[in-house]
Amino acid sequence: MSPLMTSLIIGICIATVILTITAWSIWYERKFAGRIQNRPGPTEVGSFGLLQPLADVLKLMQKEDVIPRDADRALFNLAPPLTIVAALGLLAVVPFSPEIVVSDLDVGLLFILAIGSVMVLPVWMAGWASNNKYAMLGAMRAISQSISYEVPLLMSAMVPVILAGSYNMGDIVEAQSGWQWFAFWPVGPGAIAFVLFFLCSLAEANRIPFDIPEAESELVAGVTTEYCGMKFGMFYLAEYLHTLISSAIASVLFLGGWEGPGPDGLHWMMVKTLLLFALIFWVRWTILRYRQDQLIKVCWVYFLPLSLVLVAVSAVWKAGLI
Amino acid sequence: MTTTNTTNDQFKHLNLPPAITDLPRNNPHISIDDYDPEGDLLVMNLGPQHPSTHGVLRVKLWMDGEVCVKAVPYIGYLHRGVEKLCEHRTYVQITPLVDKNDYVCPMTNELAVNIAFENALGVTPPPRAQVIRTIVAEMQRMSSHLLAVGTWALDLGGALGGGATAFMHTFREREMLLDCFEELTGARFHYNHHTVGGVRHDIPESWSTHVLKALDIIEAKIDSYEGYLTENQVFKARSVGVGILDPKLGLELGISGPNIRASGVDWDLRRDAPFAAYDLVDVKVATAQAGDCYARYQVRIAEMRESVRLVRFFMKNIPTGPICALKQVKLATAVKIPANFSGYTCIETARGELGTWLVTPPGKKKSAMPYRLKIRPPSLHAVSALPWVCPGNNLSDIIAILGSMDPIMGEVDR
Repeated sequence: MSPLMTSLIIGICIATVILTITAWSIWYERKFAGRIQNRPGPTEVGSFGLLQPLADVLKLMQKEDVIPRDADRALFNLAPPLTIVAALGLLAVVPFSPEIVVSDLDVGLLFILAIGSVMVLPVWMAGWASNNKYAMLGAMRAISQSISYEVPLLMSAMVPVILAGSYNMGDIVEAQSGWQWFAFWPVGPGAIAFVLFFLCSLAEANRIPFDIPEAESELVAGVTTEYCGMKFGMFYLAEYLHTLISSAIASVLFLGGWEGPGPDGLHWMMVKTLLLFALIFWVRWTILRYRQDQLIKVCWVYFLPLSLVLVAVSAVWKAGLI
Repeated sequence: MTTTNTTNDQFKHLNLPPAITDLPRNNPHISIDDYDPEGDLLVMNLGPQHPSTHGVLRVKLWMDGEVCVKAVPYIGYLHRGVEKLCEHRTYVQITPLVDKNDYVCPMTNELAVNIAFENALGVTPPPRAQVIRTIVAEMQRMSSHLLAVGTWALDLGGALGGGATAFMHTFREREMLLDCFEELTGARFHYNHHTVGGVRHDIPESWSTHVLKALDIIEAKIDSYEGYLTENQVFKARSVGVGILDPKLGLELGISGPNIRASGVDWDLRRDAPFAAYDLVDVKVATAQAGDCYARYQVRIAEMRESVRLVRFFMKNIPTGPICALKQVKLATAVKIPANFSGYTCIETARGELGTWLVTPPGKKKSAMPYRLKIRPPSLHAVSALPWVCPGNNLSDIIAILGSMDPIMGEVDR
């Protein structure tokens, strides 16, 4: 088998598995939120409501597809699939185990950061093409937020790169072997960089407390106000997909990826990713929302200088001066 | 709203108040002509179909980017003509009608009109009825404030987020109160509990144990809301210093209840003009000085604690005796009020001063229907503060201000 075929097969397998996990993560989140809120969550479809995601997708598919009269039809239709494509594109370089990786790029992390910033483009397209004031405001917020949080995200991702001496995701994991996870080692900067990276990827994926672009109590549904049926479903799915992949990337960069106590492998990657994912749910269902200007202020005043200091400290540590 | 210079003879018998002269007010709106935005102003309709307008309020916003330049509330989307309907209903039939005005604490609406009718008749309800009225009024205040705090957290935190958690938790406790009301009256929402001269339903046997048990749980849970919200940095960042209502402006606009008490005005009709059985108890009025959204939240939490105390006190001291001063009402026309009466009564509901201006028809005969029944809802005045408070804030803050004012549109539009 040629390397291209291998990559293709692995890619399709990973995409399918991840999409399935994403669909069921919605069930997982609804159960999780239900427990936090003293209610059972979905129970009707299938045992424990396990078939709920299936029912949701079927319902969304049956819905009439309404496009507003004054909308820019081309952009309006293009935006939802593009979000999914961009989110799945992130998967290409994430190593789930030494073997399970679609493309072992030498500049894997750069690729991820680049594709991650593309994610805001379909959001802007959707907001602009909807010709709706709420969608427009949501898109404006998304852009300003994305621009702000890109910088500290990048800077905090540089910490593991400096420590591992490579942009390759696989090399970064290898550098953390023997419990030298970057989240704990070096003590101090590693942990702070991990928290910073985690928060910034929440902002990138528009999760609470950073879900201002679609703050539904203010902007109705933000950029997705005019979308219905499966197009809305795609935005919804892409959001969860992005969150899941962000957790995967964070566990590769800071939590040692597939390394773990006992036999290494895919299972450790899965456990770490899903734990981070659950942490995101926990944050989401317990924390209120900041205002847009407060959020931007937090980014430029605290996160950015902190991340710069972290990069400097880790560089000094790597050079053996500390 | 001028009420003098009425030439119509049929109003001669009324003792009308003097004209409201022009009050000194600042122009609430930044003049659009003078305002120089960088680009175009964005005109936005917040509502009537919007997740956070607490019903069907529509606020027209002129926005410069995200910052509001001018805000004008438009009301009337829930207008059902309750006041006009009341002119064609007998006094007995009006009680269930006004239930639907403020649908979050309906029993205080019933109480307001029935106190007005009793004043006109010169009837005093028996002590047992007075105490039952006070107990349910305080429980309604609790249930209303639980809803106010919960939905406001929902506005701040989103329906799919931490706000929804606070909302679910406050509604869990509200549910226990509704269960108590159901046990008392048979209905969960529109009770028709009060009647002219007293109350319709006597307290069931095990009711007091159920209520006291609910109170214990609620008192413990108020601490848990406080732990969740009061010291929450995100919550404080969103509410401290946001939407400050000047006390003088608030008084000029007729704002009452927790909204004005949060601005430092120590005014509560339960203490200052006691109705029902409030003269038996020393009501501690909660006030705050800041006048912002956070202060309004603090006042509501303090009032819930005070309500718990009051209900406990009255539960221990329920007098025995009849529950209605009049005979059991069989006919809808049984209650007749003398002609040529006009009078204003007001009570303190969860939202502030709920006034009732009752006018009976001219002539000599007693009548079973009012000539005019004007209801003064506190929420209407709270909404009227929006043009003053909103400009200069951004969209997220406007939602926070709106939620902290706690308007109920059923009451505003009537």
